[in-house]
Amino acid sequence: MISFETIVFYLLAALSVFAAVRVITARNPVHAALFLVLAFCGMAGIWLLLEAEFLAMTLILVYVGAVMVLFLFVVMMLDIDLVQLREGFWRWFPFGVALAAVMVFEMVWVLGNNRTAETGTALVKHDADYSNVKELGRLIYTDYVFPFELAAVLLLIAIVAAIALTLRRRKDSKTQNVAQQVAVKRADRIRIVKVPAEKRGE
Amino acid sequence: MTYLSTLVPAYAEIFLLVMVCAILIVDLFVTDPNRIVTYLLVQLTLLGCALITVSTYQPGVVHLFHNTFVDDMMSDVLKLLSYLAMSMALVYSRHYLMARGLFTGEFMVLALFALLGMMVMISASHFISLYIGLELLSLSLYAMVALQRDSAVATEAAMKYFILGALASGLLLYGMSMLYGATGSLDVNAISAAISHGVENKQLLTFGLVFIVAGLAFKLGAVPFHMWVPDVYHGAPTAMTLIIGSAPKLAAFAFVMRLLVESMQPLMMHWSGMLAILAVLSMALGNISAIAQTNLKRMFAYSTIAHMGFLLLGVLSGNIDGYSSAMFYAVVYVLMSLGGFGMIMLLSRAGFEADNLDDFKGLNQRSPWLAFIMLLLMFSMAGVPPTVGFYAKFSVLQAAVNAGHIPLVVMAVLFSLIGAFYYLRIVKLMYFDAPESHVPISMQPDSSVLISFNGLAVLLLGILPGNLMAVCAVSVQQSLLLH
Amino acid sequence: MMELLQTLEQTGQNLLGPLWLPLWTLIKIVVIVAPIMGSVAYLTLAERKILGFMQVRPGPNRVGYWGLLQPLADGIKLLLKEIIIPSSANKFLFVAAPVLALMPALAAWAVVPFGDGMELANVNAGLLYILAMTSLGVYGIIIAGWASNSKYAFLGALRSAAQIISYELAMGFALVCVLLAAQSMNLGDIVRGQSHGYGLLGWYFIPLFPMFVVYFIAGVAETNRAPFDLAEDEATIVAGFHTEYSGMGFALFFLAEYANMILIAALSSVMFLGGWLPPINIAPFNMIPGLFWMLGKMSFMLFLFLWFRATFPRYRYDQLMRLGWKVFIPLTLVWLVVVAAWMQTPLWLW
Repeated sequence: MISFETIVFYLLAALSVFAAVRVITARNPVHAALFLVLAFCGMAGIWLLLEAEFLAMTLILVYVGAVMVLFLFVVMMLDIDLVQLREGFWRWFPFGVALAAVMVFEMVWVLGNNRTAETGTALVKHDADYSNVKELGRLIYTDYVFPFELAAVLLLIAIVAAIALTLRRRKDSKTQNVAQQVAVKRADRIRIVKVPAEKRGE
Repeated sequence: MTYLSTLVPAYAEIFLLVMVCAILIVDLFVTDPNRIVTYLLVQLTLLGCALITVSTYQPGVVHLFHNTFVDDMMSDVLKLLSYLAMSMALVYSRHYLMARGLFTGEFMVLALFALLGMMVMISASHFISLYIGLELLSLSLYAMVALQRDSAVATEAAMKYFILGALASGLLLYGMSMLYGATGSLDVNAISAAISHGVENKQLLTFGLVFIVAGLAFKLGAVPFHMWVPDVYHGAPTAMTLIIGSAPKLAAFAFVMRLLVESMQPLMMHWSGMLAILAVLSMALGNISAIAQTNLKRMFAYSTIAHMGFLLLGVLSGNIDGYSSAMFYAVVYVLMSLGGFGMIMLLSRAGFEADNLDDFKGLNQRSPWLAFIMLLLMFSMAGVPPTVGFYAKFSVLQAAVNAGHIPLVVMAVLFSLIGAFYYLRIVKLMYFDAPESHVPISMQPDSSVLISFNGLAVLLLGILPGNLMAVCAVSVQQSLLLH
Repeated sequence: MMELLQTLEQTGQNLLGPLWLPLWTLIKIVVIVAPIMGSVAYLTLAERKILGFMQVRPGPNRVGYWGLLQPLADGIKLLLKEIIIPSSANKFLFVAAPVLALMPALAAWAVVPFGDGMELANVNAGLLYILAMTSLGVYGIIIAGWASNSKYAFLGALRSAAQIISYELAMGFALVCVLLAAQSMNLGDIVRGQSHGYGLLGWYFIPLFPMFVVYFIAGVAETNRAPFDLAEDEATIVAGFHTEYSGMGFALFFLAEYANMILIAALSSVMFLGGWLPPINIAPFNMIPGLFWMLGKMSFMLFLFLWFRATFPRYRYDQLMRLGWKVFIPLTLVWLVVVAAWMQTPLWLW
């Protein structure tokens, strides 16, 4: 009998595959980005089935919640001319099809092999109080401390690069100096002038 | 033994990282006219790294951080040479960058980060650290190429470099994940052990290997994955091209060694065939396309492709001689490439790039000494006997002959003969043509002294290649046999 | 009460067998969602009343005694209004957006404990789940802004997206401090971690006071409430992302906003104010069921939301971004290190 988990797996897998296909076939880039979000959600679901809840949540939190939002942000502001984008399509089409055919052939050759399915080992089930967050944390700070620290350096490089590439001090920029604004006193802004009363003109 | 003292083999990396962070902060307080302070700090850091690497040298192979880091003689030698290459690159680029307003703290910090990435790649013994090292290097290089924001060419180059680089990383990761699936480990030694014990799913393994080789070829710039090389070399400011074209090749050699040789030696018959195709195509396309170039940077780019073909030829021979000659080739290539790009920067000045072939016309009349150095460099790249380039090519070919790849060797010789044409054309331009411009060459003392040494080193190593070759042979032997 | 529930579960189990679990879960969902919807309705009334009192005017008092039927009237009005879809809008996304806004706002409630053991799902990574769900809320807004094909809506959506992402970071770091203190990501365990003190002295708002403040202010920003309601800044961009919405579409956005407010109130009570725990652990106080303490704390936090709205003028966008990136994020990062170091000393009493 097919277990409930198998059904859920196939549902999520179908959803992910469908969304992934739509990412590349959707005509509108915003739709494509949204389908990518859907694909991420499907994958997060599959990870949950594998009891990798930390990865699943992080996928949602980081990719769906932050990265893709910024992605959408940019895509929405682009003025993309679809006609122009499609111009060279037919010229490269045969080439693409040939490459895809080779890839599919290889994939079928490798993955269609019956032995592949058998080599997979069953998922080790854990108790309810097993926390894979703790396990991950332990691994990151022991076995994988070197790559982990380097990943932090990678982020530092990204910060340095992003700042170096985007920070321009424009001369005509009118940004305010907040510290100055806060430190302002009444006397700097208001001058009370005594206006002598005038007599009504005759 | 305390934890800290177990980290001795990684002291150089740790020192470098600490210094980069310190420089990053110091640079905040340095104004543009005093940028030399940052520069000196960077050079001091490189010197410090070299001292640490030398003083922490210990024979044998040491694994660290749960087998994600390895310290062997090959890594020490390659690291020392990387420091040297990076330091030379910075000396050559200083005036060039100052004239273009690019002599910033970010440039130097990114260069050091790139160096850190190379060091990690050189002494990685785990696929994760290999990959992260590669990304450290690549990310810094992408940013460096894009630093000249107002130049459309540089931005385009950065874009191409970034997108194709990301694609290559994807291929590499995909391949690694398949290898993980097949062998159940990401540790270089464990993978090698698992493969020689026999893996159930051979296809998955070969499939992963194909992706890894494709990713490697992308990063090395071997044909048919070479499209980015000419555009990036041409579009990037010459100083960045120099950095891309020099020290990273050492790291790339180490990368190939760790990935293909150390972890997949039992699969050699599979990958050496793929490398053979890549090598022949690279030598053919690199040498033939280079003839058609009028831009020196573009020409060097195609020549890099051809040289990478030679390097792969050494690796695919699959024996100690082959590996050590490939290492020798990488070192020599870095030396020549430093000289070549250094010369372009030396002849350039504010608002003028000496990167066209015509700019070298009659160089002999303008400066006989520089022309002579350039002659040495070109001879070496072409592989003309008294220079080291000849010996490098010779040893690679010899190893390939010994391994029985006669047809490959014949083709390699043919293509390097074709290649000799465009190198010698520059010599002809320098000595037999009339100069087009008579602007005096502004000889910066530091870079002109360095380029003299660089050129003479090419000659001297060519006459006495024994020591360097012996070092390469011993280090490759040690790091391969003691695993 | 507990025995009653247990007998109920037992009989259900016997009657329906494997179908009982989904049904029971469904019942629990209804028991959680229905009061939330009711609270949303009456929160709007409370808001108008409180704003009224603060501005020395009576507030709504025509529909029903003391205006008590006002939310009902509003609801019926919104239900009956025509739904207008702009002619060049992207129809599917335009309709889907309000649903996408409301869904995560309700889904996040699954792990919130109202009392000891009173939660829909006892998830180990509850804190992560909350963060993941709240981070999805922005999609409703950004899609609404884009699908409306209107400049005002689009500007509102962009503002909101940037704002929510910026404040999510500070919020996340504040919660990491809580995680550190409680050494658990299970919301129930977080509350229990605050119980071994002398009543309210054991609650995390004392050692993590700056984080409490940051979390709550970031929460105000996350829900696009005044003084950070730049996404619907009526003075410059009409009504922001929901400019083009009418009838039920608008109502769903409204529901989502208020449900999110209540969620933030509930979460800050759980994380910092001891959840269902009584403030003083002696006779008259610990007789009262935990649920009431929890609701009381939530009401207090909700009152703060309304108080803010009545008191502070709206921020300018650059000020908002500055506050998020240059004040909150560094502050939370520093406090994270402080807490981590503090916990290693005997001075850590929590």
